[in-house]
Amino acid sequence: MLNYVSKRILIGILTLLAASIVVFIVLDVVPGDPARLMLGMNATEEAVRALQQQMGLDQPLLVRYASWIGGLLVGDFGKSYTYSVPVLNLITERIAVSLPLALISLFLSTVIAIPVGLFSASRRGTMADSGTMAIAQVGVAIPNFWFALLLVYVFAVSLRLVPAGGFPGWNAGVWAGFKSLILPSIALGLPQAAILARVTRSALLDVLGEDYIRTARAKGLTRRKVLYRHALRNALIPVLTILGLQFAFLLAGTIIIENVFYLPGLGRLVFQAITQRDLIVVQGVVMLLVAAVIVVNLLVDLSYALVDPRLRGRS
Amino acid sequence: MNKFWKSALAASALVLLSTTASLAAKTDLVLGVVLEPPHLDPTAGAATAIGEVVYANVFEGLTRINAKGEVLPALAESWTVSDDGKIYTFKLHKDVKFHDGTAFDAQDVKFSLDRARDEKSVNPQKPLFAAIDTVEVVDPLTVKVTLKQPNGDFLYNMGWAAAVIVAPESADTNKEKPVGTGPFKFDTWAKGSQIVISRNPAYWGAPVALDKATFRIIPDPAAATAALLAGDVQAFPVFPSYEAVPQFQADPRFKVVIGTTEGETVLGMNNQKPPFDNLKVRQAIGHAIDRKTLIDGAMFGLGTPIGSFFPPHHPAYIDLTAESAYDPALSKKLLAEAGHPDGFKTTLKLPPPVYARRGGEIIAAELREIGIEAEIIPVEWAQWLEQVFKGRDYDMTIVSHTEPNDLNIFARDNYYFNYTSPAFREVIKQIEATSDTAKRTELYQQAQKILAADAPVAFLFQLPKTGIWDAKVEGLWENGPIPANDLTAVKWAE
Repeated sequence: MLNYVSKRILIGILTLLAASIVVFIVLDVVPGDPARLMLGMNATEEAVRALQQQMGLDQPLLVRYASWIGGLLVGDFGKSYTYSVPVLNLITERIAVSLPLALISLFLSTVIAIPVGLFSASRRGTMADSGTMAIAQVGVAIPNFWFALLLVYVFAVSLRLVPAGGFPGWNAGVWAGFKSLILPSIALGLPQAAILARVTRSALLDVLGEDYIRTARAKGLTRRKVLYRHALRNALIPVLTILGLQFAFLLAGTIIIENVFYLPGLGRLVFQAITQRDLIVVQGVVMLLVAAVIVVNLLVDLSYALVDPRLRGRS
Repeated sequence: MNKFWKSALAASALVLLSTTASLAAKTDLVLGVVLEPPHLDPTAGAATAIGEVVYANVFEGLTRINAKGEVLPALAESWTVSDDGKIYTFKLHKDVKFHDGTAFDAQDVKFSLDRARDEKSVNPQKPLFAAIDTVEVVDPLTVKVTLKQPNGDFLYNMGWAAAVIVAPESADTNKEKPVGTGPFKFDTWAKGSQIVISRNPAYWGAPVALDKATFRIIPDPAAATAALLAGDVQAFPVFPSYEAVPQFQADPRFKVVIGTTEGETVLGMNNQKPPFDNLKVRQAIGHAIDRKTLIDGAMFGLGTPIGSFFPPHHPAYIDLTAESAYDPALSKKLLAEAGHPDGFKTTLKLPPPVYARRGGEIIAAELREIGIEAEIIPVEWAQWLEQVFKGRDYDMTIVSHTEPNDLNIFARDNYYFNYTSPAFREVIKQIEATSDTAKRTELYQQAQKILAADAPVAFLFQLPKTGIWDAKVEGLWENGPIPANDLTAVKWAE
């Protein structure tokens, strides 16, 4: 097991290194100069050159890469070209929004999807099953930005229960911060729940067809006991895999929802940084996300071992 | 009426009373802005979003530009100009303090102007200071600025956001923590979310009515609409969604104010690249565009057609739209005369703003009518600046030139239009050296006529300023003579 984990960590580090080279080269090739963008259409060439120098853009590619990687190793992500504050500060401010948002959405998605999946699978072929799955199908099909706007018009514009968007900051109080994340979490979590419910149902159905389930029933266990003790546990592996993927998506792939609710999250940071050619911020966020995906995948793999005792002694 | 309904009615009346009471006492305002400023130092960045937060609120210059685009005294209470028009002597206000408590005096003026002109300067509007020869401190409240040659725009130029006065103690940290002399001081900036400024109790001039103003960053047009409707923001001075304007016009809770800006929107053409080096081709393109269709389709009817490069609200404006009136038959004839009877293939590079992307599709369709196949290439701003603006590697593009007083871009060397008219350059030279208003008006009109005749670009429309705010908010600018949200006169109606 320990051997397995250390091997995975080594692969993770190599992946990070490869990602750093790819992201650096790709961003260097993209046309557009951050200094020129900052100074606009009336700037003199002299002023643009002075700013390039200030930003360190006049250095050769290799020198810039070396100093960036060197900084990363000691935890220094560099300084944003546009905001001129440390990249790490920008990222931690955004994670304070994106991480809770992702976790709440994931929680919502799980607590809805697994009971629904169980409900549907245990009533396979009935009206109740096809009804729930039809609703889930709609949930998968609805674009989440449209669903988000619908939520805003109902709960913020008409009922005025929650703000239409924005994030007051955790300093304004936990409840105020949480309140502003309610609608975005629902908008993000429900479509994910729909996907997860369908996965749970089909995974359960696969398992319910296995011989050991018949054996368990033949032994005299109730349907309910079989469902919870044998079927659900065995069906959890595909469910966990999807959950891991969803978490990685929710952490950064939520830019559309962040825009609809004007939340200062990671997705918008990276989008804004790309349009402003604030390349050092883009690099920093991408590295962080690659690291997050690696860690999440590792955790998912380890959790397989938790639900499936056979995997525990494998290595 | 039963008991329940009676008490419900009483309760709602109470709620209504208490909300009106709290509205009357309101001294804070939340404004929506589409773009987040990259930083807050107007002397180090061109983004209009910077001026939209700090101009006239946090930072002040020697002069300032008001809602009508006029030049007014600001930190300089008065000035005299020598007879040859080369020496400006500014008398400064006394007892002015920066927000960090340091005193403002003539040294700060000298520092700011010299810093902007320095060879290491990263001022985005460096050409504004090109006329200055020397800046001298006469006494703590008097500054003498000597110009290389007379410049009729000098006082106007000193009113730009890029010409605000900063202190040597705080100049380097203004990006993050702006320290000016204005009626508001910077409070907090939650990146990606909002910027808060609050009243400066030690302000030297008339105190402002607002205690606090919050600029909330809302990039999405649908979110901007929802935020106004939900009451989360009470003003959107430059509202991003033209299609939602009628909805607000029909709602008595809001005031919709359609004003003008300095944004001349043009179809830029590469005047040195065939076939655009041929005047007849450029004229043919001008006559092929129906501005009404364009404004209705791309701008939902908002925007004023222009026939040259000059804002319609300026006193020296003349309407030259007839010179390039919509006439596809004439376009075809001109194309044939230019040797392209069957038209030609070309490209149209479009930056992100909606006027360019939507307008580009309409113009491409209209050009197809006269045989010109324009392939649309969408580009980001950074790419546009690199390829079109700096590299001049393009055929056609659409951009709104939002800088005020920017007629002179057509007289610049290596500007992206590649337009080189000696006659036009001569007129611009004269305008710069003239300060007499009547004479300037005449020269401005001459310049407009040259551009309309030479058609270096196709002139489309003046960009509108679509302001929407709570019907009880007063004092916001109707027009956008410069990019600013001047809050000095803003208050809630009683």
